[in-house]
Amino acid sequence: MNRRVKFSLQVIVGLVILAMLLLLSVRYGANQNSDATVFNSFFHYDSSNVDQRIIRDIRLPRVIGAMLIGAALAVSGGLMQSVTKNPMADSGLLGINAGAAFMLTLCFTFFPKMSTLNTTVFSVIGAGIAASLVFSISSMKKSQMSPTMLVLSGMAISAFFTAISEGIALVAHLKQDLAFWHFGGVSAVSWAQLYRLGPWIIIGLIAVMFMASNLNLLTLSDDTIKSLGKNTMAIRLISLICVVVLSGISVSLVGAVAFVGLIIPHIAKFLVGTNNKKVIPMTIILGADLTVLADLIARTINPPNETPFGIIISLVGVPFFIYLARKDSSQI
Amino acid sequence: MDIIETKQVCVSYEKQLTIHDLSIKIPKGQVTTLIGPNGCGKSTLIRTIARLLKPSDGSVFLDSENINGKKTSDIAKEMAVLPQSSDVANDLTVKELVTFGRIPYRHRFSTLSAIDKEKIDWAMEKASVQDLQNRRLSTLSGGQRQRAWIAMAIAQDTDTIILDEPTTYLDLTHQLDVMLLIKELNEKEHRTIVMALHDLNHAARFSDQLIAIKNGFLQTSGTVNQVLTKDNLRNIFDIDATIVEKDNKPLILTYDRWKKGEAV
Repeated sequence: MNRRVKFSLQVIVGLVILAMLLLLSVRYGANQNSDATVFNSFFHYDSSNVDQRIIRDIRLPRVIGAMLIGAALAVSGGLMQSVTKNPMADSGLLGINAGAAFMLTLCFTFFPKMSTLNTTVFSVIGAGIAASLVFSISSMKKSQMSPTMLVLSGMAISAFFTAISEGIALVAHLKQDLAFWHFGGVSAVSWAQLYRLGPWIIIGLIAVMFMASNLNLLTLSDDTIKSLGKNTMAIRLISLICVVVLSGISVSLVGAVAFVGLIIPHIAKFLVGTNNKKVIPMTIILGADLTVLADLIARTINPPNETPFGIIISLVGVPFFIYLARKDSSQI
Repeated sequence: MDIIETKQVCVSYEKQLTIHDLSIKIPKGQVTTLIGPNGCGKSTLIRTIARLLKPSDGSVFLDSENINGKKTSDIAKEMAVLPQSSDVANDLTVKELVTFGRIPYRHRFSTLSAIDKEKIDWAMEKASVQDLQNRRLSTLSGGQRQRAWIAMAIAQDTDTIILDEPTTYLDLTHQLDVMLLIKELNEKEHRTIVMALHDLNHAARFSDQLIAIKNGFLQTSGTVNQVLTKDNLRNIFDIDATIVEKDNKPLILTYDRWKKGEAV
């Protein structure tokens, strides 16, 4: 009972922080707004007012985008850590980042006039292709998608796609166009993108929540899981499909944001223990908190210029990563 | 009556046959132990019976039904399996681990039923890990950890419990604790026990039936007194054993390497 109360409190605090961050994000930025403008843009919208239009058409989609993407990347990281039994894993290990970057490079090179919405859709496809290659290579052997094979083939496929896209980018002089994507940022997220891709993220997040108890099983060995009458291959496959949908879309929208998927699941575990029924909701909330905060800092730290928020997340993430690595090694 | 039967089972791994035409019968309500040298196929046979490996030929019957045609979740209600200790679920508490034993009985979104909770407590009490229930596995000694794993298998509440070398890596006292616990499960709870063991004296003392395997072939099987003879031990392990009798069961006092062709 006591634990349940504590968990509810943690969830409520996380949500309150999220709500506050969302409000601050809408209000502050290159263009400062008064509380009245924020209020009016929601409840008495006047489309001729420039400030209100900025809030509605530019700021709101990017803030909502940041929230969804943070949650999606964080949950994907947690899933990857469970599936590969590797606390340092994140969705990049499935070749998703490299696959998305590869498709983006192709779009920039051969169809430079393509709309952002369409390039996003193409890079989702790229992420999917890379991930399916990783799946099929790692399940070729009898071992049925063993964690080690998954990690190795993920790294191989990532290196392969990165090499090709770097090559193309070099020949086609695309370095500048791709640089921002590599650091990541939510500034370009539009309503059109959110309408088309947002629902998939929400469906993915809900699916992961329903899988929580099966994910708990993955802490056991494959033999033990099978002897309890469960199918490890099915649990792994469904988890990885969720990862592809969630992080494929996120990466395509905002670029290769590092560390959200790595650190957030660990912070969530520090707070609520190891039961995924609690870890996953907490991961979703904290992931949203961190990205919305990072985006807010990214555009207020040096206005009117935007600092890529991937840089801010990494600045927080790297020290934490080192702390984590040291803590882990001291346990062995 | 036989609870488990294998008929001409062959298992191959990486295209090499590791088990050849093995037909064995495991009687219900008894303790049956597989013995044999390292790499003889004990573990492979255990894993095949436990449906963790698929035989390339032949079939395994559980309660006269081919396990190949049974749902794996239904088998989990009849047979609990404790694989060789390779698990590293160290973040779990003892209670969380034992709770996994109820998985076969739980529906998708249901919480623990009253029966589940009762069985979990009962299993922890049987395995004497109740006082440790909130400790993480990483903080336990090898013996305590093994008892926690056995508690998980007990919580599954199955007629048959299969254990693959349950005493590996344990010291003398903890080995004995585990063996006594297994014996108690057999005698008081009437569970059928199938296990693989290296220690022949434990096998002799705690089993009813022995099955000896060598190079993937069935060497001999029968009661402990039938199997643990000087001749059989030569054939199975290439050892010359000095066997005495204690409590009507054979006890190996000491042994030497047996060189073929030497006179007895």
